[in-house]
Formats: sequence, C-alpha cells, structure tokens
Amino acid sequence: MSPEDLAQRVRSRFPDVVVTRGEVTVVLERDDLLDGLGWLRDEDGVELGFLSSLSATHWPDAEPAFWVDYELRSMTRLHRIRVKVGLPAEDPHVPSVTPMFPTANWHERETFDFFGVVFDGHPELTRILLPDDWEGHPLRKDEPLGGVPTWFHGATVPPIDDRGMA
Amino acid sequence: MPAERFEGVHLGKTPEEVEEEVERGVLVTTLDRAVGWARKQSMWPATFGLACCAIEMMSAGAGQYDLSRWGMELFRASPRQADLMIVAGRVSQKMAPVLRRIYDQMVEPKWVISMGVCASAGGMFTNYAIVQGVDTIVPVDIYVPGCPPKPEMLMYGILKLQGKVRTSEPFR
Amino acid sequence: MSRDTSDMAAARDGVTDLTAGFRDPATGEFRQETMIINMGPQHPSTHGVLRLLLELDGETVIRCKPVIGYLHTGIEKNTEYRTWVQGVAFVTRADYLSPFFNELGYCLGVERLLGIEAPPRAQVIRVLVCELNRIASHLIYLATGGLELGAVSVMLYGFREREIILDLFEAITGLRMNHAYIRPGGVLMDLPEEGPQKIRDILRILPGRIDEYETLLDDNPIWRERNEGVGVLRADEALALGVTGPVLRAAGVPADLRKDMPYAGYETYDFDVPVRTEADAYARYRIRIEEMRESLKIAQQAFERLDETPGPVMVADPKVGWPPKLSVGPDGIGNDPAYLRHIMEESMEALIHHFKAVTQGVEVPPGEVYSAVESPRGELGFHIVSTGEHRPYRVKIRDPSFVNLQALPAMIEGYLVADSVAANASIDPVMGGVDR
Repeated sequence: MSPEDLAQRVRSRFPDVVVTRGEVTVVLERDDLLDGLGWLRDEDGVELGFLSSLSATHWPDAEPAFWVDYELRSMTRLHRIRVKVGLPAEDPHVPSVTPMFPTANWHERETFDFFGVVFDGHPELTRILLPDDWEGHPLRKDEPLGGVPTWFHGATVPPIDDRGMA
Repeated sequence: MPAERFEGVHLGKTPEEVEEEVERGVLVTTLDRAVGWARKQSMWPATFGLACCAIEMMSAGAGQYDLSRWGMELFRASPRQADLMIVAGRVSQKMAPVLRRIYDQMVEPKWVISMGVCASAGGMFTNYAIVQGVDTIVPVDIYVPGCPPKPEMLMYGILKLQGKVRTSEPFR
Repeated sequence: MSRDTSDMAAARDGVTDLTAGFRDPATGEFRQETMIINMGPQHPSTHGVLRLLLELDGETVIRCKPVIGYLHTGIEKNTEYRTWVQGVAFVTRADYLSPFFNELGYCLGVERLLGIEAPPRAQVIRVLVCELNRIASHLIYLATGGLELGAVSVMLYGFREREIILDLFEAITGLRMNHAYIRPGGVLMDLPEEGPQKIRDILRILPGRIDEYETLLDDNPIWRERNEGVGVLRADEALALGVTGPVLRAAGVPADLRKDMPYAGYETYDFDVPVRTEADAYARYRIRIEEMRESLKIAQQAFERLDETPGPVMVADPKVGWPPKLSVGPDGIGNDPAYLRHIMEESMEALIHHFKAVTQGVEVPPGEVYSAVESPRGELGFHIVSTGEHRPYRVKIRDPSFVNLQALPAMIEGYLVADSVAANASIDPVMGGVDR
C-alpha cells in the first residue's frame, strides 16, 4: 500500500496519523499501545507484524520528555509504519511489547540501558551493552559525552562537548 | 643454536665503544644475543582481535601479507602459550578487566603491541565507552597508528618490536 | 585378555569402586548436575568479543545466554556531537565488515531529510561498491566460518579473494576498510583511472574462484555433517525474533529489502534472491554462495552502466557537497587547484563559506526518518532525528547482527555444544554492529 493509502486506513482507528517524506507515523497514548500494535498486526491489509526497531529519544526540557518509537514492517504488504509513544520525565514507564514481539527483548534492554525507560512486563530488564555496575544512562541529553582531554606539548584540547563550539 | 657460532662475528663496535659499554654495565653478551634472536624469531601472538583492526591483523596473517615469514602465523588461543599480545581494536570499559586478566595470564617474557589508534589513544571515540589508550591498563612496547593500519604498517611495527627484543637484556 | 565377565566381576571384588566420587551417596546413582561454562569473550571461535554462558548437561546445551557489550563504542552518542558529514566516519565503523552499507543507509536517511537525491552516476557507483562489499563480507563468512570449523585452507583462500576486492577499494576510496566514501549527496570522488581495469579483473577472476569454493565445500562430507541440520530456525521463529537476511531466507521467507522496498536504483537491476527451505547452517552457506554470484551479476550491470551515466558524483548544492572537489592529481589525491586559487586568492566570501562548510556543514531540516538497506547480514536501519541544526539529534542504528544474535539460544538449546560454534558461524554476526 502506498503511504497515503496506509495512513487513510490507519486513520480509521487512530486519529493522530502523519505522512511526511513518504513515511507514516502514528502517535499513540501509553495505555493504548498494546491494543494499537495488536490492531496494526491483525488488521487485514495492514498486517504490520514484524518489529524492525525499537528505540527512544530524550527531550530534556520538553513535555513529554521521552519518545519511544517502534518501527513496524509488513512482510506481506511491503510497507512500513512508525508508532510513537510519549512519556513524561518523572514516570518513564511503558508496557513491554516483548510478549507480542519476542524480538523486542534486547531492544527494550538497550533502551533501558541508554535512557532509563522502564518497560513493565519485560522478562529480564537489565543492562545489556554497558557494564552491569554502570551508573547513569549515557544517551540522555544531560549526560556528558565523556572522554579525556587530548594532551599535546604545552597545551591540551578538551573533549568535544567541552570545547565551547556549537 | 650454540653460542660458539657467534664468536668471530663482526660486532660492529670499536674497542673504545666496547669499553664504554663495559663501564656502563650494559654489555649484551653473546648468550643474550642468541636468546634475543631466538625469542624474536618465533613469537607466538595471542588472539586478541577486537574490532576492525582484527580483520587487518587476520589479513596480515593470511596469504598476501604473510606473517609466517617471521614465524608468527601461529596465533595461540591460550594466553599461557603466547608471548605477544596484539591489542587490535577498540577496548571498551567492559572489556578492560578482561584485557588485564589475559595480560596477567601470559608468562614472562611478554610484549604488547597496541594496534590502531583506538588501542593506542582511544582513536576517534573520545567518549564514555572506550578506554583512552590501553597503556592505561597494560604496558605497551610498540604503538602502531592507523584506522585501521594496513597490514604492512603492522608488519613494520612487528619488525621494530623484533629489533627491540633482539637487542634487549633477556635475563633481568 | 578373556572377555569372560564373571572373571572381571571376580577381579573387581575387593577393589574400591572408582566411580564413588561421582555417585550420590544416598541413592548410589550418578549425580546429574548441569555445568555452567563460559565461552569467551576472548575465544578463538566466537566471532569476536561475544560471551556465551552455556548451561550444559554433558555435551547438550540446556540454556544459552549471550552476553554482549564488550565492544560498546558509544557511536550513537558520538554522532550527536559531530556534523552530519562527520557522522559518516563514525557510522561506518559500526558493522566494520560491510562499511559501505552503514554509510549508504545513513546517507539515504540524511538525503531523505534534506529532500535531495544523489546524481545518477553516484547511485550507480554506490550500487557497484555495495555489491562488491557484499561479496567481500561473504568471503569473510566463508573464511572465519571455515576456520572455526577447522577448515583452515578456506581461511587463506577467502582472504586471498578479499585482497583483490580491497585493492580496488583502496584505489577508489583511499582506504581498505572503513572508507567514509559515500557521503550525503553522492560519493566523495569519481573512479580513478585504473578503477575500470581493476573492476574488470575482479569480474573476470571471481566467478572461477567461487566455483573453487563450491568444489571444495559443497559435497565435502565433513562440511555437510557439521552444517546440515545444525542451527535450525524455522520461519515462524525467525519472524518472531526479528531475524532478517540469509538466516531468514534460509527458512523459506523471500524477504530482501532490495526487492521489497528498493533504494538507490535497485529496482532497475536484474537479479534473483536465493531462498531455501531447510533453515539450517548448510542452507545459509548455500545462500551466501549464491548471493555472491548474484552480486557479481549486479556489479557487472552497474559497471556497464557507468559508461552510459556520465556526470557529477555529488549534488551541485554547495552547502551539501564537500567543497574542495577532490580528484586524483599528480601528487595522489588532492584538492582541485582552481578551487584553491579561488578561495585563497580571489574571494574572501568563498574562503569564509568554505570554512563554514567544512567546520559546520549543512543544516538539515527538522524531522525524523527511518532508512533501511539490505546489508549482507540483514536489515540495517537508521532512525535519524534532526532538529534543524548542523549535527544530528539522534542516530539509532538498527543493526542486523544485534537482532540475529537474539536467535542464537533458539538455535542451539537442546543440541550439542560443538554445534553452537557452527550455528554461531552461520549467523555471521559482527560484534561491532551488535555493540556499536
């Protein structure tokens, strides 16, 4: 289905659907997430049953502060859709989709590792890429890049996020 | 190789230089020279390929840039049997204790080549996740820059290390 | 020695039972405890720094838990502090065995945000180098897979063929690996003079060499025994676990992004997608061999198209294209002297503009895209978020090895531990992509 047809079809169920640059994006509420993904998977003609990717973005001074996004792909209808859920800063919880899409297991662990978003109902939500005793969630915007200054003879150059260049 | 083979070999030093060395106490005997030669001829690297540099290290050991010319084609998996550790690739914070443990398991004499800029100084990744230079964890003998270094650059570094081994005092 | 068991029983009487330590004192039966062993992260056969925690009952794997993160580099966070073009240099080191695919996915995403398209000649060159990279990556699969299963000569042959391809890459891009050649808006430079002859040599030599691999491995009894029936992952399991690439195609699902959602002009090339149904390691091996042949077909078509598509290899927009218009000069690769004269001697604004273009680069309109390419391991996707600045806000790399490795426990639980090495090799994971 072309992006416009898909958007038209999905709009019958969800109001917040946008088509830009040839991609369809649906914004869902946190409580509606599991039902919404189930509808997208089971609806005839839409059939978005393959979860490609799951990630998050952090917007420190905005509300909602975290946007979790799910990239779905249909193996039978050959189209894609993006589902986004916004989370408040003080309560970054979202239901886990691992029971529905087992591939989300490691994706959700990575998102928890990097951002601190908690996926309720995940079988084993632990750190995956960083050491188990790491403190903090590095991909949040208020965490520094890290790194040490570079030493030259007689001068140092600070790491990139400290250099004062935009 | 018996040490007598080296008697009468031209050492390349004038009698005055030899006297100087004797005075300084840094005289490398023919036995030291023999041992140094034997050590550098058959170094066994330990497999410590981490990332992109590991592929170039494998290319250096493969057919075109043949490391077996210097007796090094036998990469030992067990660190107890190896005497050279080529740290090839970026060392993350999670891998750093493992690196140190492998280094400790190696038996003396042992040498370390830090291959690539990521191992030497953190490379382009000056961030929270990468150790900014493995010389913060293990003592390094030769640094080979490059991202990744061509196999010829690694071979040059290995030859420099062999020169270092050959002329060093083995029985400290 | 007599085989009379009564004699042996008589001889045993009065001798202590040697197996006493292995028996449960209460029941007298052998203890049946499982053993948890650790494979890696430094291990010759785990394809990089992968740690496998295996719970074994004898030789059978009961449970497997992969532990990853030993190569975590923070690439995604690093791209947030660098310009859009510098992002290419970071992203290309994620999946380091198929660097052109990383670059292509990222650049397609940035181009979609910018609303531009690369010139036709650049698209043909992109397809050409990507397909040759696919061949090089599958050769590494053969080389390291063979080495791990004990076929050491395959390793030397694989690397020999790879050297021919890397020689071409060095002539075109200047580097053997991690090229940073595909940039947003096109490619960095046109092919050098010796490029076409090298490509012709590759296209002439490689088919015979692939025949050699088939002769060596196809009906080799040891290769077949170690790969047939090993690491079976059926289609429904694979789709649920998000697996793509040769592993999914070995299970009978003909999913290939080059055909399903074409990009970079793939819909205009004539090629097949090999699919098998046995879903074991041998099927994946056969698929990769056939994919190498198909890639040669595409590379041949792209090479022939090069003469028919002259023109620039980078968009004309000065904000996007790399300013100095690099070309191969008498001293190797250098800046265009007319351009240098213009900025250094003739025009102050041009110098300022050049400075801004190099240090800050293009400002990409706000928005987000997800652009996916079919890398040798599966769907390689980039979710790129921009806020209108000259650097990305978020770049998430959906790496196929990260997702395919999740399927490893499903493949090896219940089978022998020696098969876990063969199954891991057949997934062909690259730990740089898994950990990023």
